[in-house]
Amino acid sequence: MDFENWKGFETGTWKKEINVRSFIKHNYTPYDGDETFLEGPTQDTIDLWEQVLDLTKQERDAGGVLDMDTKTISTITSHAPGYLNKDKEKIVGFQTDKPFKRALMPYGGIRMAEKACKDNGYEIDPEIKEFFTTHRKTHNAGVFDAYTPEMRACRSSHIITGLPDAYGRGRIIGDYRRVALYGVDRLIADKLEQKETTRSAMYSHIIQEREELSEQIRALQQLKEMAMSYGFDISLPAKDTKEAIQWLYFGYLAAVKEQNGAAMSLGRTSTFLDIYAERDLKNGVYTEKEIQEMIDHFIMKLRLIKFARTPEYNQLFSGDPQWVTESIGGVAIDGRHMVTKMSFRYLHTLENLGAAPEPNLTVLWSLRLPENFKRFCAKISIETSSVQYENDDLMRFHHGDDYAIACCVSSMVVGKEMQFFGARANLAKCLLYAINGGVDEISGKQVAPEYRPITSEYLDYDEVMKKYDDMMQWLAGVYVNTLNIIHYMHDKYCYERLQMALHDKKVTRWFATGIAGLSVVADSLSAIKYAKVKTIRDENGLVVDYEVEGDFPKYGNDDDRVDSIAYEIVHRFMTHIRKNHTYRDGIPTTSILTITSNVVYGKNTGATPDGRKKGEAFAPGANPMHRRDTHGAVSSLASVAKLPFIDAQDGISNTFSIIPGALGKDDRIFAGDIEVDLDCSNGACGTPTLFEGLDTDE
Amino acid sequence: MTGYIHSKESFGTVDGPGIRYVLFMQGCPLRCIYCHNPDTWETGKGEKITPDEVLQEFNKNRSFYSKGGITVTGGEPLLQVDFLTELFKKAKAENIHTCIDTSGITYNTDNPAYMQKLDELMNYTDLVMLDIKHIDPESHKKLTSKDNSRVLDFAKYLETKKIPLWVRHIIIEGYTDKPEDLRKLGEFIGKLKNLRALDVLPYHTMGVNKYKEMGIPYPLEGMEALPMEKAIEAKKYILEGVKKTRL
Repeated sequence: MDFENWKGFETGTWKKEINVRSFIKHNYTPYDGDETFLEGPTQDTIDLWEQVLDLTKQERDAGGVLDMDTKTISTITSHAPGYLNKDKEKIVGFQTDKPFKRALMPYGGIRMAEKACKDNGYEIDPEIKEFFTTHRKTHNAGVFDAYTPEMRACRSSHIITGLPDAYGRGRIIGDYRRVALYGVDRLIADKLEQKETTRSAMYSHIIQEREELSEQIRALQQLKEMAMSYGFDISLPAKDTKEAIQWLYFGYLAAVKEQNGAAMSLGRTSTFLDIYAERDLKNGVYTEKEIQEMIDHFIMKLRLIKFARTPEYNQLFSGDPQWVTESIGGVAIDGRHMVTKMSFRYLHTLENLGAAPEPNLTVLWSLRLPENFKRFCAKISIETSSVQYENDDLMRFHHGDDYAIACCVSSMVVGKEMQFFGARANLAKCLLYAINGGVDEISGKQVAPEYRPITSEYLDYDEVMKKYDDMMQWLAGVYVNTLNIIHYMHDKYCYERLQMALHDKKVTRWFATGIAGLSVVADSLSAIKYAKVKTIRDENGLVVDYEVEGDFPKYGNDDDRVDSIAYEIVHRFMTHIRKNHTYRDGIPTTSILTITSNVVYGKNTGATPDGRKKGEAFAPGANPMHRRDTHGAVSSLASVAKLPFIDAQDGISNTFSIIPGALGKDDRIFAGDIEVDLDCSNGACGTPTLFEGLDTDE
Repeated sequence: MTGYIHSKESFGTVDGPGIRYVLFMQGCPLRCIYCHNPDTWETGKGEKITPDEVLQEFNKNRSFYSKGGITVTGGEPLLQVDFLTELFKKAKAENIHTCIDTSGITYNTDNPAYMQKLDELMNYTDLVMLDIKHIDPESHKKLTSKDNSRVLDFAKYLETKKIPLWVRHIIIEGYTDKPEDLRKLGEFIGKLKNLRALDVLPYHTMGVNKYKEMGIPYPLEGMEALPMEKAIEAKKYILEGVKKTRL
């Protein structure tokens, strides 16, 4: 297989099979230089961005939503093309027929779609409501048909929380690069071949596979159709940088036209696109200025991805996040770093367009990244606070060099692995259930099985641990089985056909679970072990509060006495999770992750033995509890770093805020090169510029 | 060998190059009217720590400190010169960057035993950050309770020892912001061949609450934090003085 548009590319396995990694490996150019080659925004970019800012203001003034579609069920081809300003946009495409208009996506759940409209002052078309209530079942309806009473109780008591049972699960990254590299026709041909080669004995999973492949092929055809409506024929490979970005973006756009997922991440596209840019720069097809402009416009589009959501959803996630995560940098298996000029260009959009939370630009950090890039990242972080960092040295070991991050921490090999998103189990509440024999400390209802409660006045560590372990085992079981139902129904009623069309036939499925309240549990158990914790009971004998007598080691201070407890909890819970059957042979993982929802989880949890009061927020992710880490950031981070990644492979997050002034006198000091040579022997004395390097503190 | 510390910070970024492990030593002979760590004044108090314990903690998280090192500050770290010497000697044996943040007030040529110890310590010291609080002896005394002759002598001593020097200077309105004083300061430090950097910091009020907690009156009660621009302006005067010595 060969195409004219591939001229100039090194050949490799990628020509024989769908294999983007092979293409990148054979063709990318690592860049060790600094940022001086970068170009500022063009006039068109400035104009378009001003238009966006104006629309953003209008949207804010209108209460958060500017326009909603209440009649058209969003599909890949449901809407006519939309533009900001067709003459100025180098990269085109919106989810609906105009920017800032949110699409109607009822397949996840009609009630959620209806409420999202209603809460924003719109009324969903009654015919659509009737259709999705009577004639076409949604994911949400399917899930609730199958839930057990126990699952419902866990859900309403918030011991399991944030479940994707009424909204799109997200966390699946299509390999959108395939659209650019191969063109859609080649991808369809590949899928047809996959369908022809399924097993012929029709077990239910083979039937499911065949039906899904048919859906994938249909989605690819519609993708072509959608691109054609914008005037682009994407059946063949992209011929240059502009087409590569546009083809890739169409792939992503098709996904976000059909799926309102909890995280709709982009993948790892910068180094891939750099190969086209290098070829075009070499051949004089485009200038640096033109390429930066395309990237600016592409990123601008990603910033304008919008979904119809309810206020509760936005409250849970503290905003209206899309998690358009793009993974940048990292190191290749062959030892070369994967930073290219395009890695700089992506981050540079934060300067050209200003800071923004989306797309969630994520640097795959390695000690082996080139120094110039590290400095550039630090500079952009200090200026914009908009860059996320992840440990490539840790993840590369498990996922190789072509993985990307979905949402904020979930790593998966692009096009080869996907994830069943699993929300979180509230392990702090689980501890309270262990103490209260399965009775919820807030509602007083028997939620968990009626295990024997703790009856003593003071808590005994060994007794609590034993009961806690039993309770975790129960929780893991009901949790995994709840997720089994959710993912079965999501596949059935709200299948991500386009995203899965951009995956291999054989896909590794990570079965994600999550932990909330880890630092509360670690500190609580530490208090029980190293201080004295007295129980305070209500009139029914239910423990509703605790009194801690004496001090105890607190997680976040690099103190092994309590850090080992945190380790133990993660390991034990994951061990219990692994004991369960998982849908489609998903491989269980867990994450210790919450960026914002920890506030809501805390609100729904009673007082805990660490002295935390009822309703008080948890710490985010694997963070120590607020103000309990008293030995500085390194000690705090060291505690987090002791958690077992092998048991929490879906990610461990630590939210870390620091005012720029606290990162040294300025970024030069932080980088360690303040030293200014004032030695008169070099003859440079008296030159005023010598002192430009000297600094003033803030 | 045991040192007395007030506290430690595992992620110091303003006390020397890179990310640093910072020990706040307990005890100080000065009583600066704007001191923001009055809780470090008293000697013989505080948490006890040994050099081995410090190095153990440092090494545990050494990957964080690849471009940094250990800084001792305070309080006045040079009050505990024996502890510092043992700590730095061991640190240098492990190739760790060492830095002292000091007022220079303990420097005393009349005390040969102390000077001998100081000489020894300098063998293991990579950087000194010297806080020159005022160039004028009288004003220095008003500000800190002691005149500055020892401080300035210490700076010259460091020059002969070829220890790289960062000079710090705090700008307090009505106390340390006179252009002629600042120029004089510049002339003084400009002559020091070991000068590597100059830090001009505006007065801040972050220490006020500590005085309240300790129940002692705050000498600069009511004074507001100095705006950044004033410190930048002050720096210009100091640099004018520096340039004069170097033309």
